[in-house]
Amino acid sequence: MIEKTVAELSAALAAGEISSVELTQAYLDRIKQYNQSLNAYITVCEEEAIAQARAADEARAKGENSPLLGIPLAQKDIFCTEGVTTTCGSRMLENFISPYDATVVERLNKAGAVMLGKTNMDEFAMGSSNETSYFGPVRNPWDVKRVPGGSSGGSASAVAADLCAIATGTDTGGSIRQPAAFCGITGFKPSYGRVSRWGMIAFASSLDQAGPIAKSAEDAALMMNVIAGLDEKDSTSIDRPVEDYAASLNDSLDGLRIGIPKQHFAEGLNAEVEQSIRDALAEYEKLGATITEIDLPNNHLSVSAYYVVAPAEASANLSRYDGVRYGYRCDNPADLEDMYKRTRSEGFGDEVKRRIMVGTYALSAGFYDAYYRKAQQIRRLIKQDFNEAFKQVDVIIGPTSPHTAFELGAKTDPVTMYLEDIYTIAVNLAGLPGISIPAAPAGGLPTGLHIVGNDFAEAKVLNVAHQLQRNTDWHKQKPAGLGQEA
Amino acid sequence: MEWETVIGLEVHVQLNTQSKLFSGSATQFGAEPNTQANIFDLALPGTLPVLNELALAKAVRFGLAINAEIGKRSVFDRKNYFYPDLPKGYQVSQLDFPTVGKGELTIVMDDGSEKVIGVTRAHMEEDAGKSLHEDFHGMSGIDLNRAGTPLLEIVSEPDLRSAKEAVAYLKKLHSIIRYLDISDAIMAQGSMRCDANVSIRPKGETEFGTRTEIKNINSFRFVEKAINYEVQRQQDVLEDGGRIVQETRLYDSERDETRSMRSKEVANDYRYFPEPDLLPVVIDDAYIEAIRADLPELPDEKKARFMSEFGLNDYDAGVLVASREMAEYFEKVVEIGGDAKLAANWVSSELQGLLNKNDWDISDCPIEAERLGSLIARIKDDTISGKIAKTVFEAMLEDSASVDNIIESKGLKQVTDSGAIEALVDEVIQNNPDQVQQFKDGKEQVLGFLVGQAMKLSQGKANPGQVNKLLREKMQ
Repeated sequence: MIEKTVAELSAALAAGEISSVELTQAYLDRIKQYNQSLNAYITVCEEEAIAQARAADEARAKGENSPLLGIPLAQKDIFCTEGVTTTCGSRMLENFISPYDATVVERLNKAGAVMLGKTNMDEFAMGSSNETSYFGPVRNPWDVKRVPGGSSGGSASAVAADLCAIATGTDTGGSIRQPAAFCGITGFKPSYGRVSRWGMIAFASSLDQAGPIAKSAEDAALMMNVIAGLDEKDSTSIDRPVEDYAASLNDSLDGLRIGIPKQHFAEGLNAEVEQSIRDALAEYEKLGATITEIDLPNNHLSVSAYYVVAPAEASANLSRYDGVRYGYRCDNPADLEDMYKRTRSEGFGDEVKRRIMVGTYALSAGFYDAYYRKAQQIRRLIKQDFNEAFKQVDVIIGPTSPHTAFELGAKTDPVTMYLEDIYTIAVNLAGLPGISIPAAPAGGLPTGLHIVGNDFAEAKVLNVAHQLQRNTDWHKQKPAGLGQEA
Repeated sequence: MEWETVIGLEVHVQLNTQSKLFSGSATQFGAEPNTQANIFDLALPGTLPVLNELALAKAVRFGLAINAEIGKRSVFDRKNYFYPDLPKGYQVSQLDFPTVGKGELTIVMDDGSEKVIGVTRAHMEEDAGKSLHEDFHGMSGIDLNRAGTPLLEIVSEPDLRSAKEAVAYLKKLHSIIRYLDISDAIMAQGSMRCDANVSIRPKGETEFGTRTEIKNINSFRFVEKAINYEVQRQQDVLEDGGRIVQETRLYDSERDETRSMRSKEVANDYRYFPEPDLLPVVIDDAYIEAIRADLPELPDEKKARFMSEFGLNDYDAGVLVASREMAEYFEKVVEIGGDAKLAANWVSSELQGLLNKNDWDISDCPIEAERLGSLIARIKDDTISGKIAKTVFEAMLEDSASVDNIIESKGLKQVTDSGAIEALVDEVIQNNPDQVQQFKDGKEQVLGFLVGQAMKLSQGKANPGQVNKLLREKMQ
């Protein structure tokens, strides 16, 4: 049962084939069995999960029914959860117990979902391999020598290994989509402003966006129906009606105009990965879509612009971790300055410190125009490129990542790691919705197909993703080596 | 050498909103430490700011009152620095696109001369918390009640040329702010704070000298003293062949001196950048006009009206409008008393004297506007004379009863009964035959003496007009 999609589990719960308590227990058992090797969870909330499951069963007995009622899920440890440790993958927050729920958490709780625990992640979401976590790297269930991608690596690994039915993630430069691609599952980043950031620990405020990590596009739509929508606690959340994302999943793709960016099929793309993407495109043609090559002329600037904007925002966002009010504080500080220095030196890992320094530098007097202002200009150019493209096409499709999951420790140079997100980063800079769904495996490892829509075209992106999943079974591939049942 | 002083003021006022600039916490002064700080004010991870729209409206209100350009698209920025009472490690402020742009206000000096002072800008920002260094055994305590309180920082042009002008500007600002009801603006409580940028230059020189910034000035009086001290200090340094160091100096009111606060000459790099958690604030003409329509009558307009409507002179009108409370008090007195001239005289002499003597604010005064108005009404309808009114006024200080009750109980009511007055007049005529004869011989001024005698006899209660008339008739 645990390998099933949310849609299937929801039907089984509604039919009384299984209770939420039984289902929750099955996931908890599987977590016990595999989390040690995968390190997908930082915190498992056994008792609370069973209590939530029991409440869900009781609600159902009273006649309540909704798609997520009683569904066991995992929360990325970037979301504040009341009464539960919320670490953000950092020593800085190792002992931080949040006194409040993030809006995403609150909405999922209200929908009757069961929280199994909090998933591992790159520290403060800074990383593309989940190796920067203070709580150790996460392993890819397809091959435990390999990384699951990052920063939502724990969520991706947990979904792929059936340690939960579905999970939340966050995506600042590719942090939902790239791990989804590496782990052979579906990861959706909504448009900026579609999902509230209240209670989601900030990395880069103008880029961060929460979204589902799931076993299918349909499941992603079901979670989006719960988490999307205006939140008055987040001034950047959009006041715009939320569609029923599940309702349009089966719309026909006949006449769909697909654009493929020539820049995403150029040097650096692994040949086998490219073949998988081309196979998927052929499927779309069978469904009535037309394919046109498009130009995103400023795409090559996106990684550089991103690594100015994101660290700049992060350098300020992370200033609050100063040892004064909560979180880590160094032992026996001699004075204020000593407390600041040692707290932050000891509490943050190397990648976080690197980005704080880069961001601080980019904002410094005399450098602001050359870096931050220039990056914002590039950001507008990138957005214009997409605006032009969407005059000709309905969605843009390409690979999520140039290659499949790499081995732990394989990328030691930060810049090489930053280039991991070369296809996904521009989408964050432009604030667009994007999904990664499995294409045909390459060399026994999953590949990701990246589908990008125009502003707030969430329904279209999910529809296009779902139609491929209806007509192929790439998303149903499971990692070998992990037992299907605990 | 003759020196010219150049001063610019940076004035922070706490906007008197119920809740903070970006959170729902209360902003009351004097609460127990950290009882007005929620998860956002504590900068807990994941919390986000939401702009208090009332604070924005108050800032715009100020802008309109000084005829400033209103920023239709204002942008909040992060000003980055580490300090224990700055929970986020940055202060949200406005750098390039403030809500209030260039404006101006007019100050009036003691000699009646007027001067227009430019306001460069007024931007919105959040206040920091407080560090408490006593009572913590060598450690510091942090109180975040004030953190996030909305501030409007009003920056003047370097248009002020003396400490007196600076005080006049500050008082005018205070007056406008109180009229607008956008801040309590109490310097002693810190809801109005003033930093002064001071430099001097040889008279006739057009370039500015090196300036110092004086902080920690918490009363109007200290503004004048601090600036005067600093001007003298700079003059001494320059005349001794030294040079002025650009620095921040702290005013010590106990020693009446300014002291260097930071030894480093290096300017802080605040690494401002647009606050990504807030969208630019876009307002349209309709919004601005709605606020304009709601503006109260401001001191300058009120003064002009007092002069034209009540026939007051420039000085009296100026004194009466200086504070909103005084102007409101005066208008109430006029309304009830029915005589603006009398009201102006009473408010600016008797009442003002009383306030000065006791160091009271108008709100502390035991004689309410309603009662002073009734007192004037009783002068006007001849129930009492102006002289008796002063006795009543004194009595009102001790007795909170109505004016009529006081007049009644003390038997101060003016005698207007013609029979009683006739008796008085007869008595005076009988007792002063010489003076009566002198009057009859054509010596008009003796009448005054005789009226005085009658008044004395009545203990001041007789109606002097009636006495006058009757005496004249009887001596014809």
